[in-house]
Amino acid sequence: MNKATTNGAGHPLDPYLRAERMPHIWCSGCGLGLVVNCFLRGLIQSRLALDKVVVVSGIGCAGRAAGYINLDSFHTTHGRAIPFATGLKLSNPELKVVVISGDGDLTAIGGNHLIHAARRNVDITVLCINNFIYGMTGGQVGPTTPLTARTTTSVGGNIDQPFNIPYLAAASGAAYVARWTTAQVIRLQKSITEALLKNGFSLIEIITPCPTYYGRMNKQRTGLEQMKYYRDNSIVKSGIDPKHAGIEFNGPIIVGRFVD
Amino acid sequence: MTERKYIAGEFFMSGDDACAEGAISAGCRFFAGYPITPASEIAERMSERLPEVAGTYIQMEDELASLAAVLGASWGGVKAMTATSGPGFSLMMENIGLGIMTETPCVIVDVQRGSPSTGLPTLTGQGDMMQARWGSHGSYSIIALSPDSPQELYDLTIRAFNLSEKYRLPVLVMTEAATGHMYEKVVIPPMNEIEVVHRRKPAVSAGEYLPFKPDADLVPPMANAGEGYRVHITGLTHDERGYPAMTAEAQDRLVRRLVDKIERNRDDIIDLEEDRIDGAEVVVCSYGISARVSRIAVEQARSEGIRVGMLRLITVWPFPEDRIRDISEQVRAFVVPEINYGQISLEVERCACGRTKTVLVPHMGGGVHSPGTILEAIKQVAR
Ligand SMILES: Cc1ncc(C[n+]2csc(CCOP(=O)(O)OP(=O)(O)O)c2C)c(N)n1
Ligand code: SF4
Repeated sequence: MNKATTNGAGHPLDPYLRAERMPHIWCSGCGLGLVVNCFLRGLIQSRLALDKVVVVSGIGCAGRAAGYINLDSFHTTHGRAIPFATGLKLSNPELKVVVISGDGDLTAIGGNHLIHAARRNVDITVLCINNFIYGMTGGQVGPTTPLTARTTTSVGGNIDQPFNIPYLAAASGAAYVARWTTAQVIRLQKSITEALLKNGFSLIEIITPCPTYYGRMNKQRTGLEQMKYYRDNSIVKSGIDPKHAGIEFNGPIIVGRFVD
Repeated sequence: MTERKYIAGEFFMSGDDACAEGAISAGCRFFAGYPITPASEIAERMSERLPEVAGTYIQMEDELASLAAVLGASWGGVKAMTATSGPGFSLMMENIGLGIMTETPCVIVDVQRGSPSTGLPTLTGQGDMMQARWGSHGSYSIIALSPDSPQELYDLTIRAFNLSEKYRLPVLVMTEAATGHMYEKVVIPPMNEIEVVHRRKPAVSAGEYLPFKPDADLVPPMANAGEGYRVHITGLTHDERGYPAMTAEAQDRLVRRLVDKIERNRDDIIDLEEDRIDGAEVVVCSYGISARVSRIAVEQARSEGIRVGMLRLITVWPFPEDRIRDISEQVRAFVVPEINYGQISLEVERCACGRTKTVLVPHMGGGVHSPGTILEAIKQVAR
């Protein structure tokens, strides 16, 4: 918590949060708070009319974001945030609809909806929060878990090839695709603003610490250790073909804006 | 919104087409669906008609997405529906629960076919009646209507929208391949003669509004997204603000109200067709296409001197418990023909509660009963 909160002056983002819902449910060291912070700052930069901005989430730790943001917000069913958002947007084109959800929610159970929304180029913005794991259900292996990474259901190391989310979204037809980690807050905020102002389907993958499960199982015990890892190993390569932006266990993380 | 191409008059129309027209008449302006026999014609007609009335049609990637999109569209402030058949209906179950929990008005049409599984895609069935009642997880009450003709598919689709807006929940229209694909005369009245209900809007300012604080009828007024109320809507158990509340007390309060808002308004919701039940020794209780066949059997039985009455369930859920209980005190037996191996008959039996016999006349699907089978059952119990 920063000083502004403790000295009673309030945090500059308080009006954009459902303060009465604090404290949130996220673990200490979790990156989800940073994501909400960056989203709100990116949103403010966009100068969109806030009464017309709607957040839709699926289910998971990331999916709880909708509940803390002081906008019209919908916490739907696991995997179905994108089709819910699609209906919302099509029924009322005045709305700016943003999906904030987890990588498991969006690329496993909801994977089909993700590729079809990108294919249709529905005008929504998706923030796909990737912690390489299913957080809320206790750290099981997921479709983004790097090869050989340990999880509660792959204690011997993951044997399945993970998704490269920007590549998947780009191949499916997304109009804007980027990836950042929570260590690049300024770039992430800027990217969120760009995505919000982009017409068509935009997606930002946000690599985020989950010390409780992913970190603990993979020798990055604290959120801070994970953040340091992102800081030291992220390589900005905007404009490259996201095909070359796959993520390997403990390897470099290619970040940047890949499609615009 | 200017209404272009609103059609009124007499038409020779299939049940599926009549259903689509009923939706248009009710003010439906959003359809999301996924093709499935025998419901596809509803989607096809909606894809043509919605653009004519400034509405939106979208073909989604599956039924999970279809109902999710419908719920989203409803919160966008637009009346929305989807149509499907058994396998697709199964896929919609989780989001039916979300619709109930978040009190989202919309209409789901299930044109039933032979089942289980892929079953008999082009042939009729009534195998989803219990799924309609209990298919989603948890305790809830639902409204399901059962038309017996293309005309009623038109009429009841309008009623389904009206009930969904009034009570804020997904309302089911449970029809069958036989009715959906049947062509008959359908009368579409002039627009100004159709009663159309809209969701009740908040009467207070954004600061004071509690999205799940009910009015006296147990239904909360509904603010749509984008109206400045900044609502939070979740499928989690929530309080009147819409915020998650993970306690047994909050669960009790919410789930009880979701059930009660339907159960306490049964008189308004339940619609039955009764024919010569007073003085009857046997009552045939049926619904949908089976009721049409039952009527023939009832007439034949009467011409043979048997005192038989007929009860047609137009509203299937909530179940007309009180009426069945009353009738059970007077008759020797209920005869329940349905195109499954016993679903609604179980409810009749439950309400009759041993006071009288309930005889199921099952048909496994793929066709309708022959009136003779039903007549035989009537004769057996009348003897
Ligand atoms: C249909 C269904 N299946 C499973 C679950 C259980 N579930 C809840 S959250 C979750 C995973 C969420 O993972 P992710 O999207 O990666 O988000 P995170 O919690 O890691 O932020 C699962 C499987 C569910 N709620 N619904
Ligand atoms: S389990 Fe992981 S993702 Fe979930 S709140 Fe805790 S740290 Fe965050």
